[in-house]
Amino acid sequence: MNKYWIAVLGTSAIAFLLKYSGHSVPAKWLSHPKIQRVNALIPIALLSALVAVQSFTEKSKLMIDHRLLGLSVAIIALFLKAPFPVVVLSAALSSALLYNLT
Amino acid sequence: MSKVSRRLNVSSTTFRDSFSVSFTVGAYGIAFGAAAVANGFTVLQSCLLSLLTFSGASQFAVVGVLGAGGTALSGIATASLLGIRNGLYGVIMAPRLKVKGLKRIVAAQVTIDESTGVALGQEVRSEDAMRQGFWLTGFGVFLFWNLFTLAGALGAQAMGDIRAWGLDSAVPAAFLGLLWPRLKSNGDRALAIGCAAFAIAMTPILPAGMPIIATAFIAIAVGLQKPGGSNE
Repeated sequence: MNKYWIAVLGTSAIAFLLKYSGHSVPAKWLSHPKIQRVNALIPIALLSALVAVQSFTEKSKLMIDHRLLGLSVAIIALFLKAPFPVVVLSAALSSALLYNLT
Repeated sequence: MSKVSRRLNVSSTTFRDSFSVSFTVGAYGIAFGAAAVANGFTVLQSCLLSLLTFSGASQFAVVGVLGAGGTALSGIATASLLGIRNGLYGVIMAPRLKVKGLKRIVAAQVTIDESTGVALGQEVRSEDAMRQGFWLTGFGVFLFWNLFTLAGALGAQAMGDIRAWGLDSAVPAAFLGLLWPRLKSNGDRALAIGCAAFAIAMTPILPAGMPIIATAFIAIAVGLQKPGGSNE
């Protein structure tokens, strides 16, 4: 079994256990404000790290390339309150354009 | 109104809210399917992630970490940290749904941002509307998300060099789109920029995947620090 299969099955098993345990534990266990706050902050941290790593690195090296344009266009689209598909498509189009021209 | 909504006696508002959320969110599945294949997953593996994991941010995360060269374990860890919030949604929904046995298993699987969000949005109308919103949105997103994942995965497989199609930028843009609505205060934005900088700076030093997981501990430290710590 290669690492992709392990990741697919492991992620799926834990994702379900997390969902199911939420339906099964007493509500007061998790109602502490600090737990709620940490829970709101974790996605912010992980998603920003993922954006950065996927945009500016390539196989543990830092790299600035056509993806910078894609990311910039995505940021502009989000500032303009564009819907999600427009954000993703405009990033892809601009990045592809630059990649194909250079 | 459609047959489905008449039979379940669902109000048109609840049905419309559920359907529009299901379809638009489900359509992001194209981006996921394409991203998964672009990062080395097979079409089957991409579809299984959508069927079994069924949580967008977690799925994008595991695909992103493995694509960046990370191990299965670091991919699973990152995805699971993002999946914790589904557990908290379960805590919110359980006393409202009051289901047991097989129904609880099904409810758990479709407990995600959207089903919880629509359900809570309908709560002002009635308890029935709230429950219907949860089930309709949960099943609706599940259906469209999986169909669009398959389409995206097959599409990416046919593309060849993904960079020529901009897919390598579509993935971070998708992450950014998921992140953006969560940035509500200056503290949130500072955390986001700090974690992005940290992850980039650590990439040449730490094994692949680790710089991403490590930022979760920054979030925990900030969150536990003090009341209103996210607004500093």
